[in-house]
Amino acid sequence: MTVPLTDGLRSVALADVPRLRALYPESLRPSPYRRALVIAVVAGLVGLAVFAIWRLDFSLARFLAGFGRLGSFVPLMLPPDPGSWSKALLFLHALAETVAIAFLGTLLAALLALPLGLLAARNATINRLVQFASRRFLDAIRGADALIWALIWINVVGLGPFAGVLAVMTADIGAFGKLFSEAIEAAERKPVEGVTSTGGSRLHQIRFGILPQVLPIMAGQVLYYFESNTRSSTIIGVVGAGGIGLHLSEMIRTLEWQAVSFILILVLVTVALIDFVSGRLRRSIIGTSRLQAM
Amino acid sequence: MATSLHLTPTAATDGFLQAYSAATRAKRARSLAFAGIVLALALLSGWVAEVDLVTFVRKFGAFTSYFDRIFTLDTGQRVWTDPAEWFWGLGKWLRHLADTLLIAYLGTLLGAVGGFCLCFTAARNFAPSPWAAALAKRWLEFCRTVPEIVFALIFVIAFGLGPVPGVLAIAIHTMGALGKLFSEVVENVDMKPVEGVVATGGRWMDAVRFAALPQVLSNFASYALLRFEINVRGAAVMGFVGAGGIGQELIEAIRKFYYSDVSAILLLIVFTVMLIDLGTERLRHALIGREQTA
Repeated sequence: MTVPLTDGLRSVALADVPRLRALYPESLRPSPYRRALVIAVVAGLVGLAVFAIWRLDFSLARFLAGFGRLGSFVPLMLPPDPGSWSKALLFLHALAETVAIAFLGTLLAALLALPLGLLAARNATINRLVQFASRRFLDAIRGADALIWALIWINVVGLGPFAGVLAVMTADIGAFGKLFSEAIEAAERKPVEGVTSTGGSRLHQIRFGILPQVLPIMAGQVLYYFESNTRSSTIIGVVGAGGIGLHLSEMIRTLEWQAVSFILILVLVTVALIDFVSGRLRRSIIGTSRLQAM
Repeated sequence: MATSLHLTPTAATDGFLQAYSAATRAKRARSLAFAGIVLALALLSGWVAEVDLVTFVRKFGAFTSYFDRIFTLDTGQRVWTDPAEWFWGLGKWLRHLADTLLIAYLGTLLGAVGGFCLCFTAARNFAPSPWAAALAKRWLEFCRTVPEIVFALIFVIAFGLGPVPGVLAIAIHTMGALGKLFSEVVENVDMKPVEGVVATGGRWMDAVRFAALPQVLSNFASYALLRFEINVRGAAVMGFVGAGGIGQELIEAIRKFYYSDVSAILLLIVFTVMLIDLGTERLRHALIGREQTA
């Protein structure tokens, strides 16, 4: 954006300010209530931040030393180098595992969340009690992060990528259930009424009145979560649930910085690729749904 | 009295029916092909991720028995029969939980400030120059693609154990996520006020402050609140890698098999996250409502 600088005009306009202020005192006077509110909110935010800084042990010396050390890691990361070919293959296999975890976890979560989302939606549920119960159930699942679920599933199926799949799945059921129920509640009522008027049952209403409207939206959300799960499943290995995270945390802890940067680049490229593909898919899905709506 | 139904001539209906069945057939074939591809990918991922349904089914009892176990005290009684024994470490856990909230708060605040500083540079309609916009966009993308746990792992080595690396990791990831959302908001502002400011001789800073900011601020606040909610969840697991908060207590309880502690800490986390969810949702609705009435 270019801003023409005409200082002559500007000074003329500024010189006019006192006259305007005298002419329209009400509209140019700042409202004291608003100002006090803004000051109070900002003071509250800053005060809490200062308290947090004090409580969490931030010290300038530690901070500077840390950044110094961080700076010294950067040259050690260059050039990215896995170390050996066998290690590179190992990393690639772990990366494939990561993508597989994200894909399967997202897919299973979407399949399991569909009925839950219907039960949690006001216009498709059986009764209010079921709706309330499924809402709270979804909230509770959503409260725990995928890493916590991974730790729990490891106790059940042992270390390895399968625990990762189950963790991604459980963590996403909550998110999908909530999103799906919101999409269902936002669906148009008219198709449902149409199905009802031809004598359709409750299931018919859902199948032919609601689902065609919400499926494209849901597909878009699922794809979006697949993207973000590729990111989160890179870290699930930190606790031992398969994927590249295990190698990444190992390389960081043993200070193999060149391997760290190699893995990071692998992850970045993979995520960018998946973003690109699913972005294309999402756009085409939304495009067809718009056409169908017209 | 017999009612007569006026039917369309068969020749005409035949044409319709044929076209209809051809259309449904094509659609069905497409859906089937799509389902086939998804199934094939799911099987492939299942193979890569070592999904072993036999073990799963055989060990699924372990999942329920794990939950059974964490709700049982060492004395063999159910946890709720003796709440004092169940929540024996309540004071300590609440302190850690408060630290977790502070980590999330400070991380969100720092990240939001960082994202705010970069969002106008990254937005197409306000960028001082195209290459500055591209640079800012790539940087934000890097920040949000690398998971926060990975940043935390690296920062723990640079800054030492404790909440400081957790805050910084969350701040950097938040900067990437919020910077992108903020710049999208900025790209969608009404440009007329900007033109107005420019026409009266305002500079870039004036245009941002008086034309763009009033339009975007409530959206920014709403996104920041949403992010805070996400970051509370993220901060709860920061302790897994030694970056402060309740996660440290949780992973110790899980690893050392202090079963009833696991359920107590999990409940505390889930309850806190739910509370924060409700609180931020209220605030966000208030913010958005005010924007719509204004």
